[in-house]
Amino acid sequence: MSTMTATMPSSALDQDWRRVLRWGLICGGVLIALCLVGMPVELDRRELIERYLSLGYVSVLMIPILIGRIAATQVVLEGVESRKQGLYDLVTGLAVGILGGVSLSLLIVALDSWDLRDPLVNWSPKLFRFLTYENGIGFGLMAWIVTCGLLGMMGAASHVVPAMLRRVSGIVVLSLLGISVLEGAIEDLSEGFGLEWLTDLLYAKKGGLTLTSAILAGAAIAFVAVLTSGRVKALTTSYREKEGADRQKASIILFVVVAVLVIVLPIFLGKIMNELLANVGLFLLLALGLNIVVGLAGLLDLGYVAFFAVGGYTTAVLTSPNSPFFAPEMHFGFALIFVVIFAIVVGLVIGAPVIRMRGDYLAIVTLGFGEIIRLLFLSDWLGPYFGGAQGITNIPGVDLGFATVKGTDPRSVFYLVLFFCAIAIYVSWRLQASRLGRSWMAIREDEQVAETMGINTVNSKLMAFVVGAVMAAFSGAVLAAKVGSIFPTSFMILISIIILVVVIVGGMGNIAGVMVGSFVLIGVLGGPKQPGLLQEFQNFKLLIYGMLLVFMMLKRPEGLVPSARRSRELHQDEFLQDAWLKGDKPGTDDDDGETVGDDGGEEE
Amino acid sequence: MCGGGRISSRLPTADDSNGAHVTTHAVSTKPAKRVVAVDRFLTFIRIFLVTMIVIGLLAFIWQQIDADNVFARWRNPGARGLTGDQFKGLLISGLSQGSMYGLIALGYSMVYGVLGFINFAHGEVFMVGAMTGFIASDKFAANGLWESNFLLCLALIMLMAIFFSTFTAILMERVAYRALRNSPRLIPLITSIGVSFFIQNLVLGLFGPATKSYPRLPEWLADQRSILTFEIAGTRILVLVVAAASMTGLWYIVERTKTGKAMRAVAEDKEIASLMGIDVNRTIVTTFAVGGAMAGVGGILWGLMFRSVTHMTGFLPGVKAFTAAVVGGIGNLGGAMAGGISLGSAESLAPLLILEPLGVPGVSQLKDAVAFTVLVLVLLFKPTGLFGERLSAEDRA
Repeated sequence: MSTMTATMPSSALDQDWRRVLRWGLICGGVLIALCLVGMPVELDRRELIERYLSLGYVSVLMIPILIGRIAATQVVLEGVESRKQGLYDLVTGLAVGILGGVSLSLLIVALDSWDLRDPLVNWSPKLFRFLTYENGIGFGLMAWIVTCGLLGMMGAASHVVPAMLRRVSGIVVLSLLGISVLEGAIEDLSEGFGLEWLTDLLYAKKGGLTLTSAILAGAAIAFVAVLTSGRVKALTTSYREKEGADRQKASIILFVVVAVLVIVLPIFLGKIMNELLANVGLFLLLALGLNIVVGLAGLLDLGYVAFFAVGGYTTAVLTSPNSPFFAPEMHFGFALIFVVIFAIVVGLVIGAPVIRMRGDYLAIVTLGFGEIIRLLFLSDWLGPYFGGAQGITNIPGVDLGFATVKGTDPRSVFYLVLFFCAIAIYVSWRLQASRLGRSWMAIREDEQVAETMGINTVNSKLMAFVVGAVMAAFSGAVLAAKVGSIFPTSFMILISIIILVVVIVGGMGNIAGVMVGSFVLIGVLGGPKQPGLLQEFQNFKLLIYGMLLVFMMLKRPEGLVPSARRSRELHQDEFLQDAWLKGDKPGTDDDDGETVGDDGGEEE
Repeated sequence: MCGGGRISSRLPTADDSNGAHVTTHAVSTKPAKRVVAVDRFLTFIRIFLVTMIVIGLLAFIWQQIDADNVFARWRNPGARGLTGDQFKGLLISGLSQGSMYGLIALGYSMVYGVLGFINFAHGEVFMVGAMTGFIASDKFAANGLWESNFLLCLALIMLMAIFFSTFTAILMERVAYRALRNSPRLIPLITSIGVSFFIQNLVLGLFGPATKSYPRLPEWLADQRSILTFEIAGTRILVLVVAAASMTGLWYIVERTKTGKAMRAVAEDKEIASLMGIDVNRTIVTTFAVGGAMAGVGGILWGLMFRSVTHMTGFLPGVKAFTAAVVGGIGNLGGAMAGGISLGSAESLAPLLILEPLGVPGVSQLKDAVAFTVLVLVLLFKPTGLFGERLSAEDRA
């Protein structure tokens, strides 16, 4: 891979065939795995453009484009003259795509000749019909080879075409995909605003865009994209470059806009969308807590769900009349006081033994604690107190005097969650800049140095555990009030891992990142049991979560919205190397590498 | 056993005696160790746990001697105690389950020794082995070959499981871990959690959520046999024998072959090993392959013993096997096996020997909790494991 050469190929056919073959096989492997997992068939039910394109086909067709693009990426080495990309790369993409298509064709033939349905549950006639477009085997074979080849070439072409065209076509494709995939959300929203006529125009009766509306919408989006080209970027850079009072002013405006939007929007939304927002809020609250533990203090807590469970069970025992052993039937507000107390106690009890362990041992031991807590709630031993597998039911909603927050009214739940999230965001934000927050970050970067600088590492780490525990316990309390019942199975380790994915994909150590992460992941894909916008992905979201985690760690460990400090830490080598390269450029002053480096780069 | 195979056999240095968890104290130059509240609390936990264990054990012993004794009946009036045969049965089941933990633990231990991170997805490698075994044996059973020529089938499914487990392990090293070799140590751990999640759900997607049952074992294997007054099911004997054989094979590879020497050298210091002409990449791949093969064998044994496998089969045994590796001392191969066996026995004996005399109802549900408690206990009392960890200096930090 690293041998992507500096020597120029003499013709378009003078390819690095081993590389092409490898990417082609990867493409084929991914396609076949995708089909056998059953994703295309399941997603085929969802029409994107009526009668022409379904989500299932998109999920398959996407692969050759992506892999074609990756295969044609040129590794640019610093100081080595790079080749101008052109026909050569198109051939690479074409070959990779064709190999992918051939693999699919082989799958079709295999589907036709053998029955492997016994171990492979998705080896079905449905898959065969999907792959042959119900048009016979010969048609299927040819169609896949040709389409995949062309799509691979298209992926590769994205390196070759002018930047403007690439940008506009990218925007058009993605927004069309967005409009058609998020049909449910958009319809719900437009109903709230009384704009049904628009969606009636846009979408077909049975779901999906109509062909005409897709073309018109595409054209409109392209027009807007051309018109606004460069302005969005200019706006963000101008925001980033602002300093002092100006920056503060801009930030306040941004904050007020977002806040008003978040408060006002739910009024116009229907039940399902509000339910979704409430779930996003619950997980955001959890993620904010984990962000303090993992993102700021660098303690990989895999048993984070334990605190969630403590919050849920405390609320359930104290408020529900059905609590088996001790049922004071308190008001939610009083119960919250005890939730905080128990969260702190459990945070300290779990935190104390693990605090001195190596980072990776800490991860496994906390995982153990997370599992132990669930097993204890489930066992016959504590069963008489917590209801065992039957759990605790009949938990009342939150009586606020003027309104009752209950699961049947998701809008009220959303506002309750929003209240807690606002507190959590404010606390995280203030903590980040505080002495404690800075000591967390110091510990994350180098514990020994932090201790030498006089930071009490043990107490700081315990504080991180406790703060994280309280936030998770609040989330658990709201969950109890929202769902109305609590079972040990509501607190699987799975939840810890999903929250970890949310924090990492969003951006460890960055509040905005965590918010983006929960909206994108929990909102679109859904939580462990809660459906997201893409309900069709229900069976595949865990697969996607796993893939995302690996992908992010390999390609972008700092997350979608990185915290500046964290990404500097993760890419320390590159930063040093860049500084070195810049400082080493001929014709610049060697004495002051940093200042010269900045303009030195421009001249070359 | 425990003195033998070890990934790196370095000489003890000054900071060995300090153990890993107090390195920060070893570095700072404080005149005396400050006793903070956390330490007091930890001492309290230590004393509490040990007291509980001792009381439980004593009550159990009393109960065995004289069931009507006041102390024996103090917490658990209905106690009946265990008969000798019951005790032996528990011990054997603990040993055979423990030897499977040991086989999986070897993979954790070897990878930790060489690369210094927990390959969380190793449990999934084990699951792939068990799943392969199910698919193959199911097909054999449909042919009738399973009945007519069981030993051949066993050899074949063993080979297939080893192949697919090894393949999975190598693939995950190549795709996920190789690029992360020099990143901060939590990054590969988080990646491996992702890999684990991915493999679990891929297997779920491919083979469906139903619990898969291995075909019935032939009578001559499943029957109880009496060996040295122990009544042992043939399956358990098979498990113990295969585990012992695999362990010996592994010991031979690591201690007596050139590949093993290279592995030990890479575990000690990657840079110097590569200067000595060792192909570090290849050695790391070999480590993953050997660990994967062991997990594959473990998977088949699991399938034969419990006869059922799902996509979640790898999770708990995986975490417990890691516990076993820590109990034995991570990086120490003999320790991993010994740790596995101790953990297995503790898991099957402790609920009845310690928890039941303490008056805890439904103790068999707490089996998994026992395993995690053992982990916490070991890390509280002896973080370097019972037989000492074998790690290079940089992994220790």
